[in-house]
Formats: sequence, C-alpha cells, structure tokens
Amino acid sequence: MPLAVVAVSVQQPVSSDHQLARLLQIGVVLEEVVEARAGEHARTMEVDDPELEALLAEAAEESAGHREQLEDLIDDLEADTIPFEEIKGLVRAQYESEADFDGVLYDQLCNEETAYKFYDDLIAAIEDSDAALSVDRAQLIETLSSIREEEAEGVEEVTELMEKRE
Amino acid sequence: MNTSDQYLKAIYLVQQEEDGPASTGRVADMLDVSPASANEMIGKLEEQDLLEHEKYKGVTLTDEGIVRARDALQTYCIIERFLLEVLEVEEFRTEAKQLEPVIDETVADRLDTIIDRAPQCPDCFDPENDACKLLEVEPDPAD
Repeated sequence: MPLAVVAVSVQQPVSSDHQLARLLQIGVVLEEVVEARAGEHARTMEVDDPELEALLAEAAEESAGHREQLEDLIDDLEADTIPFEEIKGLVRAQYESEADFDGVLYDQLCNEETAYKFYDDLIAAIEDSDAALSVDRAQLIETLSSIREEEAEGVEEVTELMEKRE
Repeated sequence: MNTSDQYLKAIYLVQQEEDGPASTGRVADMLDVSPASANEMIGKLEEQDLLEHEKYKGVTLTDEGIVRARDALQTYCIIERFLLEVLEVEEFRTEAKQLEPVIDETVADRLDTIIDRAPQCPDCFDPENDACKLLEVEPDPAD
C-alpha cells in the first residue's frame, strides 16, 4: 500500500465540537472563496461567453447553498460563522484577473476539486473519530456527503466544458 | 497533510534545530508519538528514499525528502496564518497542529489566495516560536 494513503494520523483532527466547528468554518470560507472568485471572474472577464458565464453563475449559487448548509451545522454547534463580505474583500484584494477562457475554467476546476478533496477528507476524519459530538453524526455525514457529491458533479461539468472547447 | 508529510516536516525542523541529523527521539517528541511509532514510520520513509537513517546518529532527509518537507512546512504556515489572520484564532499553533492532518495541500493553496504570505515562505518559519517570524504575534506562552 502506498504510504500516502495510510489513514493513521498523528493527531485526531475531529475530537471535539470545537474542532468540528473550526473545520466547518474552513468549509464556509472555501465556499465563500469559490463564490467570490466566480463573481470576480464574471466581473473582469474580457470575453463574451454565455456558456462560461452560466457555469460561473451556477457555481456561485451552488456555493451559496453549501455555505448555508454549513452555517446551519455551525449554528447547531453554537459557533460563529465568517461573514461573506469579509471574505469577498480578501479575495478582491488579492485577485489577479484571469482574462481568458482557459484561465477562468482552470481556476473553476481547482475550486471544485479542492472543495471535493476537503469534504472527502473531512468525512473520513469524522468517520474515524470516536469523539462524542453534540450534532447528529449520521445527519452530519449525510449533509457533507451530499455536498461532496455536488462538488464531484461540478468537477465533471467543468471537465466536460474543457473537453468540448479543446 | 498525510502522516508521512507531518513526519518529514518534523524531521526537517529537528535537523535545522540540531544542525545535523535529527535524533528519532526528538522527532517523536515533536510529533507527540511513541519512539516505536516514530521508528516504524522512519523505516517506511527510508524505503521510499525520502531519508537516510544511520544508527546512533539520526535521520537525514534526502533531496526529495527536503522538497516534500518544505512543501509540508509551507502548508502548515498557510494554516497558521489563515487561522490567525482570517479566523482570528488566538491558539493558532495548537489548532494548526490539530487541523493539519485533514487540510490537504490543495485546500491550503485555496486558503492561500486570501492571506498575506511572504515570498520567502517557508524560510521565515521560526521553529522555536512554532510560527512564521513575520507574523505579528506574542511568543507562545507555552514555550
């Protein structure tokens, strides 16, 4: 077995409500980054491309939906979430315009793949954890799994569009 | 970051601290694992040519091991800086250690798009303070 897939971690990352809330906050920020970057791409793009614009709008809408689901979970853990306006400002401050189709699409692919990887690792960490959590574990995993599924579909959609334009 | 990368990062930092091969005991201490666990993982990393282990002397990373260790350290720096700058977590060192197993390099790269990190990263990491030298924070009271 390759070493990279050894599941044992030095520390268990989900050993309390606090740590779970922190990871969900990171999920919220990732979704906010996706949403804000999609918005920046759409705002600054120099090409007129309705298909790509529709993809970006859909990605932003999907991220907003995921963010709300994560925020509900964070709320159940009695933790705070991160205001979207704050992240939007940070994204805008460091954003470097992707003027062409390939750049925008590649960034979108990274967004979807990264989000998928994050949820996949988070679900595995929750499943590995034997900590007592104050949220319903089955419900938590179900919610995260459905978000992960949508991220996988997102990867497929972007890949299909990339292949179509080759 | 997977377990092997956490080991490579720890070995890299211990080598810097000791200015030579890293003793396996110190590596185990840094990762808060038993010496037996550390030895087992070091053996696996040696099989992958990521380090050389000389009995009674310690462990030295190969060139490939150094590249992987520096990438892992950079990921750790991103997590610390993100926790402090964006989430305003006071205990960012402790939490970064807890979170690093579940934050992949690709995820850290996205978080990196909203933080201010110096181009010389990870050379500005200060192992004694367990944080980037350029971060404006008080020294860790635990040290």
